[in-house]
Amino acid sequence: MEPVQQAVTLSQSPPRTGTNADDAIFAAVVKAAGLFVLALLGAIIVVLFLGGLKSFQAFGVGFLWSDDWDPVQEIYGAAVPIFGTVVTAVLALLLAVPLAFGIAFYLTELAPKWLRRPVSTAVELLAAVPSIIYGMWGFFVVVPIMAQYVQPAVIDMIGELPLIGGLFQGPPFGTGILTAALILAVMIIPFIAATMRDVFETVPPVYKESAYGLGCTTWEVMRSIVIPYTRSSVVGGIMLGLGRALGETMAVTFVIGNTNRIATTLFGPGNTIASLVALEFPESQAWSLKLSSLLALGFILFVISFIVLAISRILLRPGLKK
Amino acid sequence: MSATTLSSPGPARDARVFAQLGAGRHRTNAIVEGLCIAATAVGLLFLASILFTLLYRGIGGLSLTVFTTATKAAGSNGGLLNAIVGSIVQTLLGAAIGTPIGLLVGTYLAEYAQRTALGNAVRFVSDILLSAPSILVGLFVYQIAVAPFGGFSGIAGCLALAVIVIPIVVRTTEDMLSLIPATLREAVIGLGAPKWKMIVLVCYRAAREGIATGILLAVARIAGETAPLLFTSLGNLGWGGLGGPMASLPVAIYQYAGSAYEDWVQLAWVGALLITFGVLAINIAARLLLRRSN
Repeated sequence: MEPVQQAVTLSQSPPRTGTNADDAIFAAVVKAAGLFVLALLGAIIVVLFLGGLKSFQAFGVGFLWSDDWDPVQEIYGAAVPIFGTVVTAVLALLLAVPLAFGIAFYLTELAPKWLRRPVSTAVELLAAVPSIIYGMWGFFVVVPIMAQYVQPAVIDMIGELPLIGGLFQGPPFGTGILTAALILAVMIIPFIAATMRDVFETVPPVYKESAYGLGCTTWEVMRSIVIPYTRSSVVGGIMLGLGRALGETMAVTFVIGNTNRIATTLFGPGNTIASLVALEFPESQAWSLKLSSLLALGFILFVISFIVLAISRILLRPGLKK
Repeated sequence: MSATTLSSPGPARDARVFAQLGAGRHRTNAIVEGLCIAATAVGLLFLASILFTLLYRGIGGLSLTVFTTATKAAGSNGGLLNAIVGSIVQTLLGAAIGTPIGLLVGTYLAEYAQRTALGNAVRFVSDILLSAPSILVGLFVYQIAVAPFGGFSGIAGCLALAVIVIPIVVRTTEDMLSLIPATLREAVIGLGAPKWKMIVLVCYRAAREGIATGILLAVARIAGETAPLLFTSLGNLGWGGLGGPMASLPVAIYQYAGSAYEDWVQLAWVGALLITFGVLAINIAARLLLRRSN
């Protein structure tokens, strides 16, 4: 911008008072807005931490690995919801990543041109459905199917096997860790698929055409050209999905069973940080130790999500922006 | 076969060997392609199942009373009017508060801080906010706007939604402003216009459709948000202004879906049908707008 301004001054244009002041004001306003966003994130961190301070002081670091949640005796611990949050999110990723990859592969390489846009839009609309709707759908549609068909069949088939059998035992209520992970998977598929599709499209066509020219099949082009070229961005997209799954509230609350116990089987009930906060919050007094513990859980969730999302963004940025 | 022999001077290819060489690779390819088509079908099946369930369960309860009466006690033929109005008011106010801030931040990132350290920091933080769990935004606003003032309020709900709007508008505004060709900017500056006039009168106008798309997507996103409202405007089974607890569709759905009364569950499905098709309609409108501008 400097040379332009100099040129204007040199050409002896009529003196324009105010112009520079206007510009300075506008620049200051937009910069203030930028700083406001920084302050907003800082404020969220500080407010959640201060809110949870009472709980951190009462229970110390032990808060992190205590599995108590006893409102009567006022003893609270974060181990169970942290466990539930991480397990459901990771399971959801295991279920979602192959499907999302398949969708992205189909959309970039296989689908006929006329079908790409409608299918893409449909997948993106899946991301737009509000999370409470997923909760209702999960509770009224998926849970009965799990309870009547999937869980009894799975318990019969592999519940007796050594090692992994133990993961698939217990009464088939339909709710529980696995159902929650399933709903989460459906919710994050569109995010991961859309990111993968976008990064797959950044691969220069010349590379792919060279491989096709050597006689590679579509899958070989995918495996040896597209995936190596986009690897870090693909992982970034997966982390983005993980970040979404960690903090999901309404959908999980409907289907996880809401028990403060570390589930020993995938069909067992459990809870997550978000579902515990949503459920217990209405029963907490303002400024109570319980509310403070919920805010402390919120702070922990924020730290976990922040780390995951930060990694995701660092991996994604160079892929999506030049 | 003959063509191959003619064109390649080497030893003649044996057709059977040639076919067998590629067979395994082509089989793998066919299997993977089949799995990918299946994955896409499964993804579409989920969407179809959700939409079908909503129509199947919700359309039966759709009647005029839903839109003309407020929520009432179970069994007394209530509607969702106050929840619908509450949702519209909070969504529009939330968007009205968040949009200008998001617009300014997006402008800062695209026009003033493209490669500065501060710009990168703002961009990074905005991206984090974009995906941060919305329940934490609810807790945050509860701590700053509900607990100190001693009560849940519609205003607090609007603030929570505004916080969610900001990063969405930032993202689209920055992206759309960066798409404007440098020649356009140079032409404006060359005419002697100050930078702020270039941005406000030319760049905003050129990026109008894209920015509007971002705002629409933000509205669609917050219209369905439940978790942040649970801690701020709380939901209200009667009428409530912005100063007190205020009803909203998602929170009403949450309260009704888990209840034991059949007519409440039915109303929850009607609410779910309304909110989903509303949100999807806004999304599709946003896409059409963007496509027209391209």
